[in-house]
Amino acid sequence: MTPELKGFLLLSVIKMVIVFTIIMVGVALLTLMERKVSAWMQNRHGPNRVGWAGLLQPAADGVKNILKEETFPAQANRWLFTVAPALSFIPALLLSAVIPFAAPLPVDFDFTLGPLGRFVHHGPMPMVVADLPVGFLFVIAISSLGVYGIALAGWSSNSKYALLGGLRASAQMISYEVAMGMSLIPVLLLSGSVSFSTIVAQQQAGLWYVMPLFLSFFIFTIAGFAETNRLPFDLPEAESELITGYHTEYSAMKFSFFFIAEYANVVTVCAMVTTLFFGGWDIPFTDWDRSGGLLPTLATWLVFFLKVLFWVFVVMWIRWTLPRFRYDQLMALGWKVLMPIALAYIMVMCVAIYVVERVLGITSPVLASLALFALNVGLGILVFGLLDSGVFIRGSGYRQQERLKERGARTARAAVAG
Amino acid sequence: MAIGVKVMKRPEKQVSYVRATLKGMVLTFKHMLEKKVTMQYPEQKSTDREHGLGTYSLSPRWRGTHRMLTDEQGRSKCVACGLCEFACPTDCITIVPGELEGAGIERYPEEFDIDMSRCMFCGLCEEACPEEAIVMSREVELTTYERSGLTFQKEQLLVPEKLLERRLQFLRSEYDRESAPARREEA
Repeated sequence: MTPELKGFLLLSVIKMVIVFTIIMVGVALLTLMERKVSAWMQNRHGPNRVGWAGLLQPAADGVKNILKEETFPAQANRWLFTVAPALSFIPALLLSAVIPFAAPLPVDFDFTLGPLGRFVHHGPMPMVVADLPVGFLFVIAISSLGVYGIALAGWSSNSKYALLGGLRASAQMISYEVAMGMSLIPVLLLSGSVSFSTIVAQQQAGLWYVMPLFLSFFIFTIAGFAETNRLPFDLPEAESELITGYHTEYSAMKFSFFFIAEYANVVTVCAMVTTLFFGGWDIPFTDWDRSGGLLPTLATWLVFFLKVLFWVFVVMWIRWTLPRFRYDQLMALGWKVLMPIALAYIMVMCVAIYVVERVLGITSPVLASLALFALNVGLGILVFGLLDSGVFIRGSGYRQQERLKERGARTARAAVAG
Repeated sequence: MAIGVKVMKRPEKQVSYVRATLKGMVLTFKHMLEKKVTMQYPEQKSTDREHGLGTYSLSPRWRGTHRMLTDEQGRSKCVACGLCEFACPTDCITIVPGELEGAGIERYPEEFDIDMSRCMFCGLCEEACPEEAIVMSREVELTTYERSGLTFQKEQLLVPEKLLERRLQFLRSEYDRESAPARREEA
């Protein structure tokens, strides 16, 4: 093993430990944040007894869950029942490995550590656990694996509610995977790369992709909600119909693992939104963040953290605002609205990018982004105008009026006949 | 149309999920900034003087543990007539009457025990009492470490009348009592 490889491995292990710790602690605190945000939106205080302002509540919950009895339903498939929480938990954590969370940090060292030998590293170290050249495809691939855990949990519990939850989860995640993947193609078209680092670099050079690719962002966010099984798309859990669906039969820490997986997925989707559409760790209006050094790295780390936190808040905000979709509405939205829009958008963006770069010959990334942004404003007005026109989706009162009209006509006919 | 049927006015045209979602989000965000309504129980209590009649007040209908009212001299208003003892469905009241010389009344309760572990808070004793002596308060905390702690003696129950003014007014209106029972002549 060369000293360079050893240095690389050493740094990777350190980054892994740091990212893993932050994700796990963050997820624990997110459960508290969820309860606090929900409480505030309902004019309550939320948990405030354990520790200062309830900050130790997640620790108390964790201890409680570890000490609780583990139940196994009779007739459950013991092996799959045990493996399922891990299967949903591991993909959720794997995803955080490829998302760049700060500006590259120049690290130089050259030392010998007893029998382990010489460790060498020179030059900038990308602040991402694994800077995969196919990072983007990795995320798409692994995020689909999460459904195995949920489907298996539902199936192995030998419970009708759990099975229905698992079935719903698989149908929902597969449907929305399509719209999600489609919505990301314009990002690839514009950046010309599937590596997250390149996508972030492209956004630093031009504008954040939320401006030139607004509809992609819109579709991706909605599909992201559905992928993470969050309200308004939490049909796999559906407390009122399925008594929490696929984890009905789970107790103690295994139950907790599903929650950790859900929140880890939320963090990942929010990190994806941040990275793909909001510049990743980029600090806007300055080039200082790319100058290299410890301070820019820490600052960009903080900025990335704040951006992700904001999106996590939006996820919770929407959860405590909207009621759950009906199942047919969910499928209709995924297949009949989001997928056609995403497909049409790919075509429009293909032409638009070609026209801007080749026909008009705009080479400045900022100008090109602005041109596409102008197009997106037009498209956005068109799409939302059509959605809001009352032609495609009508208010619930419309059908009532129709019924009343029909009844009136019938009475009138009866009166004439009589 | 039948009386009392609420007819919802449902939107006929408007629509997209987007607009409704944004509207809802504005609403929930406004709620985040509003004052919290939860009572922080062990610190704030509905029986507290400052909270009890204000934000978190219990209704005057609330039947908590009994109190025995005292008159201006601090003597129990009870005349040991035994009506509450008789009215009680769970037999939790035990009265041992004693005789008084020259106080305007002849009987008073030497002992007046209420076994709160049997009481079902029906309020019949309070309804039966002709002297407005036994009244149910807003007090709800009854936990003790021993069963014997749940048997309340007369001395634990005595409180001045003015503390339960609100409940008394409620009782008078509820049971069509015109006013307080006539004051006894002092000897």
